[in-house]
Amino acid sequence: MKETGTEAAARTPLLELIDVVKRFDTGAGTVHALNGVSFRIRRGETLGLVGESGCGKSTVARLAVGIYPPTSGSVRFDGVDIHDTTTHQHLDRAAKKARHARMQMVFQDPFSSLNPRARIGRILEEPLIVHRRGNKRDRQERVAWLLERVGLKPEAAARYPHEFSGGQRQRVGIARALALRPDIMVCDEAVSALDVSIRAQILNLLLDLRREYQVAYLFISHDLSIVRHMSDRVAVMYLGRIVELALRDDLWRQPCHPYTQALMSAIPSVRPGRKNGKWMRLEGDLPSPFAPPPGCRFQTRCPFAEARCRSEEPLLKRVEGEHWAACHHCA
Amino acid sequence: MAALLSIRGLRTWFHTRAGIARAVDDVNLHLQPGETLALAGESGSGKSVTAYSILRLIQPPGRIEAGEIMFNGTNLLTLDDRGIRNVRGNRVAMIFQEPLSAFNPVQKVGAQIVEAIRLHRRVSRRAAYARAVELLAQVGIPSPGARAHEFPHRLSGGMRQRAMIALALACEPDILIADEPTTALDVTTQAQILDLLKSLQARNGMGLLLITHDLGVVAETADRVAVMYAGRVVEEGPVDTLFSRPSHPYTAGLLAAVAIDDVPPGERLPEISGMAPSLLAMPQGCAFAARCPKASAAAGCFTESPVFSSLTLQRHVACFAANPAASPVTVFPRSAMRDDNVRVAA
Repeated sequence: MKETGTEAAARTPLLELIDVVKRFDTGAGTVHALNGVSFRIRRGETLGLVGESGCGKSTVARLAVGIYPPTSGSVRFDGVDIHDTTTHQHLDRAAKKARHARMQMVFQDPFSSLNPRARIGRILEEPLIVHRRGNKRDRQERVAWLLERVGLKPEAAARYPHEFSGGQRQRVGIARALALRPDIMVCDEAVSALDVSIRAQILNLLLDLRREYQVAYLFISHDLSIVRHMSDRVAVMYLGRIVELALRDDLWRQPCHPYTQALMSAIPSVRPGRKNGKWMRLEGDLPSPFAPPPGCRFQTRCPFAEARCRSEEPLLKRVEGEHWAACHHCA
Repeated sequence: MAALLSIRGLRTWFHTRAGIARAVDDVNLHLQPGETLALAGESGSGKSVTAYSILRLIQPPGRIEAGEIMFNGTNLLTLDDRGIRNVRGNRVAMIFQEPLSAFNPVQKVGAQIVEAIRLHRRVSRRAAYARAVELLAQVGIPSPGARAHEFPHRLSGGMRQRAMIALALACEPDILIADEPTTALDVTTQAQILDLLKSLQARNGMGLLLITHDLGVVAETADRVAVMYAGRVVEEGPVDTLFSRPSHPYTAGLLAAVAIDDVPPGERLPEISGMAPSLLAMPQGCAFAARCPKASAAAGCFTESPVFSSLTLQRHVACFAANPAASPVTVFPRSAMRDDNVRVAA
C-alpha cells in the first residue's frame, strides 16, 4: 500500500543533522568545532544538548538555524537540505524566508540580543513585518497577545529593553521567537544568565508553550539537571562529537559513556546523599580543539582508556533501543 | 571558641546619582578557624560587597558606613592604609571569579607569586621563587617549574584558577575569601577546584569564606551558610540542618527552585514569583514580603523589618513567620556572636 504524502511528511524528522562537520580557520590554526554530528528532532519533541564549554553546542545551534553552513554533511529541515548547493533551493529566497519563520532562536544573553534603541513593541512587531503577517492593527493585537502570553504587562510595549530586568528581557526574547508561531525553537543556554528564582519562571514558561503549541525545542545547556527536566531525549557532547544519545530516562538509569557518568557525578547537588551512580572525578582539562587527540576524544581524561581507545575512534553505536553511545566499552 | 573573623552591623552603601543603594545593610557574620562559611544569594544580594568590605576594597561611590570587622583583635575598618595592606594578601587573601582579570597579563605567573611573597616576607628572590614553584605544585599544577615561566593567558581556565589559589596561599593566610571561585568553570573542573580548596583547608586549617550563588556548591563544600537577600542576611546556620529544614521562606523557595530533580521531568517547577526589589527603592517592612507566600499584614511583614535573631543555638533567621522573636521588641539577641565579640573587645 502506498502511503499518502501527509503520512510520509509526519514521519520525516523536523530537523535532521547528518554527519555534520564544521571547521573554522583562524589565524592560530583550524578549530575542529564539530566532527561528524548526527541527530534528529521530531515534531513537538525536545532534544536536550548538554556538554561543557567548547564542546560545540552553540555551533550546533547556529548550524541548525542556518546562521552558517557546515563544512561537510547536511542539515535538513522538514526533509529539505537547507544548505544544498546542488539544487537551487538555497537560492529560493521565498522558501528560505518561509523556513526561517518556522525556526526561531532564544539566546543566552538577554542584554545583547535585544536592540537597545527599539521599544519592546517594535522588537516584537519586527518579525511580523519582515514576514508580512497581517496589517498594522493585526500586528499590534498580536504583540499585545504575545506580551500577555509571556507574562508581561501591555504597557511594556512602549518601554525600552534597559528598563527591564534580566528575567523580563528573556521573556521578551521568548515572545519574539514565538511571534511567528515557529515549529522549532532553538534555546541556546536560555536560562544560564538568570538567577535561580527567575530561572524556574522561565523554564515553566517554556514548558507551557510546548504544551500549548506543540513547539519542538533544541534545548542547549551546560546544566544537566535542567536538560533532564526539559527534554524527551538527551545528547551529550564532548569536543565536537556526540558521545551519548538516549531517551531521558534511559540515560539517567544507565549512563553508559564514562564522560556522561563523570558529568553526572560532578554536578553539586543540594542533597549530596542522593548522587546518581558512582562518584567519579575527572582529571585534567579539555584538550585543545585545534588539535584533538587521536582515537577517542575522551581518552586523555578517561579512567578506562586502553590501547584501542588511543588509536581507534569509537563510532556512535546502538547500545539498545534508542540508546546510542560512542565508546569501545559500551555496546 | 573565639571567632577568627567577626563582622557586626556592617553597612556598605553606594551613593549613586539615583539615590543611596544599601548594598549591605546591617550584616552580622562570624567565621571560626578551619571552618567554611558560605555566603549565598542571588545577584545583587550583597554577598560580594560584604567580602570586598572585609578587605576594604570598596571603591567610591561605595562607602562603608558603619559596623566593625574584628580579625585577630583588631578592627579592620579602623586600620590605616598601611595596616590594611599588611592584612590583604597576607593574613586574609582573596580569590576571584575571573583569574584572567586578577593576574597581571604581562608578568609571568611565577614572578607574580614571588612579588606577593616578598611584599610580606623578608626572603631572597631565589627562595621566594622556589616557594612559588612549590606552591604551584601544591595546587596540583603539572610541571610547576615550567608553568611558573608562563604568562597567565597561556594557562587553561582551571589551571589559572589553581594558579590564583597558589598566589593567594603565598603567605599562608588565616582566611581565604573565595568570590565565586568556580562560576566561570565547567562542572568537571569546578569539582576539581572545590576538592582542592577542601584539601588545602584540611592541611593548613585556614578559615574559608566562600561566596557563591550555587546552592549545590554550598551543600558540598561549606559547614555553615548565610543566605543573603537584598543586602541582608536572612538566614544562617549549619548547612545540613538549614538545607533539610529551611526556616526562611526565601531559603525554602530557593532550595525548591534548585532541586529540579525532585520534580518529575516536564512538570512545572516551583517558582518564586516576582523579582528582588531595587536596592534604590527598598520597600517598607521585610524586603522579601512582596514575593513571600507566608507574608501577612498581621505579623507586620509589610510594615516592620524583621530582626535577625536566633532560632536555636546555631540557627538564626530574620522572619516573622519563622520566628516570633524576630519582632523588633526583642533587641539584638545575637547570642552566638555576643560572647566572641565581648572577648575580642576586652
